Amino acid sequence: MESESVKTRALKELQTVVVRFAGDSGDGMQTVGERFTESAAIFGNDLATFPDFPAEIRAPRGTVPGVSAFQIQFGSTEILTPGDAPDALVAMNPAALKVHLPDLVDGGMLVVNKAAFTKGSLRMAGYPANPLQDPQISENYEVVEIDLNFLVLEALKDFSLNQKNKLRCKNFFALGFMYWIYSRPLETTIEFIRSKWERPYPELAKANIKVLKAGYYFGETTETARNRYMVTKAEVEAGVYRKVSGNEALVLGLIAGAAKANRDLVYSGYPITPASSILETLAAHKHFGVKTIQAEDEMAAIGIALGASYAGNLGATGTSGPGMCLKGEFIGLATSTELPLIIFNIQRAGPSTGLPTKTEQSDLTQALFGRHSDAPIPVIAANSPCDCFETSIEAVRIALTYSTPVIVLSDLYIASGAEPWKVPDPARIPTIEVPFAQEGEPFQVYRRNPETLARTQAIPGQQGLEHRIGGLEKDPFSNVSYDPANHEHMTRMRSEKIERIADSIPPTKVNGEPYGELLIIGWGGTFGAITAACSSLQAEGFSVSSLHLRHLNPLPGDLGEIMENFDKILVPELNQGQLSLLLRSKFLLDIVSYNKIQGQPFKVRELLRKIQEVLRR
Amino acid sequence: MAPPTLTQEILNKKDFVTPNDVRWCPGCGDYAILNALQRTFPELGIPKENFVVISGIGCSSRFPYYMNTYGFHTIHGRAPTVATGVKLANPDLSVWLVTGDGDGLGIGGNHLLHALRRNINLNILLFNNRTYGLTKGQYSPTSPVGTKTKTTPMGSIDNPLNPILFALGADATFIARTIDTNPKHMIEIFKAAHRHQGISYIEIFQNCVIFNNKTWDSVYGRQSRDDHMLFLEAGKPMVYGKTERRGVAWTGGGMPELLPMNGATPEEKGILIHDPTRTDSIYAAMLAEMQYPDFPVPVGVLRQVVKPAYDTQIQQQLHAAIARNGGKGDLRQLLYGRNTWRV
Ligand SMILES: Cc1ncc(C[n+]2csc(CCOP(=O)(O)OP(=O)(O)O)c2C)c(N)n1
Ligand code: SF4
Ligand SMILES: [Mg+2]
Repeated sequence: MESESVKTRALKELQTVVVRFAGDSGDGMQTVGERFTESAAIFGNDLATFPDFPAEIRAPRGTVPGVSAFQIQFGSTEILTPGDAPDALVAMNPAALKVHLPDLVDGGMLVVNKAAFTKGSLRMAGYPANPLQDPQISENYEVVEIDLNFLVLEALKDFSLNQKNKLRCKNFFALGFMYWIYSRPLETTIEFIRSKWERPYPELAKANIKVLKAGYYFGETTETARNRYMVTKAEVEAGVYRKVSGNEALVLGLIAGAAKANRDLVYSGYPITPASSILETLAAHKHFGVKTIQAEDEMAAIGIALGASYAGNLGATGTSGPGMCLKGEFIGLATSTELPLIIFNIQRAGPSTGLPTKTEQSDLTQALFGRHSDAPIPVIAANSPCDCFETSIEAVRIALTYSTPVIVLSDLYIASGAEPWKVPDPARIPTIEVPFAQEGEPFQVYRRNPETLARTQAIPGQQGLEHRIGGLEKDPFSNVSYDPANHEHMTRMRSEKIERIADSIPPTKVNGEPYGELLIIGWGGTFGAITAACSSLQAEGFSVSSLHLRHLNPLPGDLGEIMENFDKILVPELNQGQLSLLLRSKFLLDIVSYNKIQGQPFKVRELLRKIQEVLRR
Repeated sequence: MAPPTLTQEILNKKDFVTPNDVRWCPGCGDYAILNALQRTFPELGIPKENFVVISGIGCSSRFPYYMNTYGFHTIHGRAPTVATGVKLANPDLSVWLVTGDGDGLGIGGNHLLHALRRNINLNILLFNNRTYGLTKGQYSPTSPVGTKTKTTPMGSIDNPLNPILFALGADATFIARTIDTNPKHMIEIFKAAHRHQGISYIEIFQNCVIFNNKTWDSVYGRQSRDDHMLFLEAGKPMVYGKTERRGVAWTGGGMPELLPMNGATPEEKGILIHDPTRTDSIYAAMLAEMQYPDFPVPVGVLRQVVKPAYDTQIQQQLHAAIARNGGKGDLRQLLYGRNTWRV
């Protein structure tokens, strides 16, 4: 589609833009993506990001499985998702072009490194001929071919680095060029390069800065690109902002929640994508009093956390699907001994190793039911990177107030995506007051708070409160009991306690009218896409509302009533219909399930199509 | 350990007995171990509320229910992890971990290995009865080849694990062995374990009267104990035997020689003097390899070396990080992070 007839440079103002950087996993695409994000954030745009990387750290160079990408949507309006399709694609090699070109919007900008289109790399990407010579491509897109290798080597000809290391800087050339296209300042990136490389490799720091600037000036001095764009600041609430990824926000919430509850925090984990960064980030927060340990496996990780909670700290652990399977036995023990414990599951596509670097929401039923015996525990889910902060605090609140393990579901898409976050006022985060038993007062292990049914914890070191707990069924005094009636009583008490959490959940927010034709119910990382699709249909006058569940067990008490006010209910999920299964069985309602199981988030347009189809039914 | 202060009440064995009925089979070796630990605790000068007894699953692991302290009966094989968490939360507690040969070396082998390797300040009591008592007598990772049980009707064919070598492989800093028939020795070893900073690992030969009766009798039975056990004492020559006095001589390589003393002094015979503080593992490995029936089986402290304890180091790192930050970080510092902008 030929959108522009004037072949001159113009500075156009846009509301939102989607840019995707794609290249070999050794090309530094995540690095430039993050830099672009940082500069957009600091500039004042709203944004959302989607890093999409391969499972292999270094798949064979130049191959399709080795392609790594980073997408960002930024704008002057509220941004809910990283965008469906890129308006601009940077492809560093033929394989990246092969994988990502089909997504580029018609008329979109395509920036390619011409030098990478050699016979060998074309073959590796599976191109019989050079696609850049296909006239269709230049007809469909605004193609900018740059010989990055030549330009980078030229820019660095006075540097003592060897050729290989010089060429490593080419991602910053591409970044500089994109900064020029989108009229972005370079300062934050220059600062980043300095802080990262100046000390260990001063020459490399200088080279990267030189190349970044060269990329920018290249745009300025040549007429390579037809258009330049301007995306002004977003109108957002006044305040102090920072950029957070989902896992960072989980960590901040966990530390803040523990502090507000006046408990020391012990976090124990075993490395697994995409949960590892929680342990890594917490390990860098020792100066906040956080104790971390890399355990020998996921069972040990949860056992250590449980031991810490038993001794009066707040124990937390995190993992992804396969690790959750290993934790099951200990979650049972925590349920039986009624100890506080936080378990993060950063979901990825499975079963088994599945697609370890791709997103999915398929561990909901595992979280709800994946234990032996009647062992209900609270399950909550985060819906965006920023939302992880409050989700963590909510997990701390529930775990301590109800003396129970809590599962927090996030997913790879949320965990590694980033957004600008309005930093909350620490004084306004509510305190969580859950006292231990008092020395000198009578103590009974399973005496329950009449309102919450939680037990009060006495901790080792407290005088006169010595007692024994364990996985064998106990009577209310924590004596081992095989009494049939007692087992039924204790089982019902444990369940009832979890049910009562619903009394402490705020009313469910409905996006749109509280009644109408169609209600879309979502949970977790689909929030942005569902909300964007729903809002755009509302603007067109359709009778559609949406709600997004934070609490999956127990469900909010008002959910049944809300659902009754709609003719149809649609539940989109990145699984085979796990929330649908739950809602159908709890409410005996006819629910339309919309499922995608491709390791990729929903696109807004996919949801729009589905919603309209359901409305027509 | 400091003697009890005036304000601290003086404890005795009764303070550590729970009202619960003890449910082990009459004659089980676990009774003697329980009794020995209940007699040890009052002598350690620690307030009662600072003891925590943690166990896995098995007959032996019922232990916490019978000790009137804080106690946690956890899950099969994984008590070392819970104990580690307790020490991270509160390093001042005296934590005692009870495990069995199945619990600690079968299902929980990995956790035990890593607790030993980390050198966390815990006391581990491994009740070795060479059987799965609680599940009614299947063979265990320490059962000798040829053990006939319901799951191995034709005799077991897998090689048994040597619990001492296992601990040495993990470079455990305190490794000892004692027997359920000798309360005095048990108490002595428990006290030594308590004094050691870092992991303390004690293998206890324990008799299961029901499923593996007399499994250790060839070593510690009345008839055999003098000739088949070697009581180790630091600084003392390794001499043993009733019918015939013998001494252990070792050149530093291979297995030792057992020399008849024939009335000579240990010096004259060049008998080995026990030194548990040797930092290399070869010496302790040699002791561990001394097995029935070719050698007298060593009991006592085989190895005791000094290394920084994990829980102490965690606290040190924490304090260092806080000092470097110029004090403990507050929520404002946490939430604002490094890079913010104002709108
Ligand atoms: C996950 C799990 N698997 C199996 C069992 C069953 N089980 C309980 S105790 C035990 C073996 C205990 O043997 P050992 O540790 O030697 O203790 P002992 O009873 O001999 O003292 C087994 C297999 C269990 N409780 N949990
Ligand atoms: S089965 Fe054996 S180990 Fe278990 S209590 Fe009875 S005698 Fe002791
Ligand atoms: Mg056993």
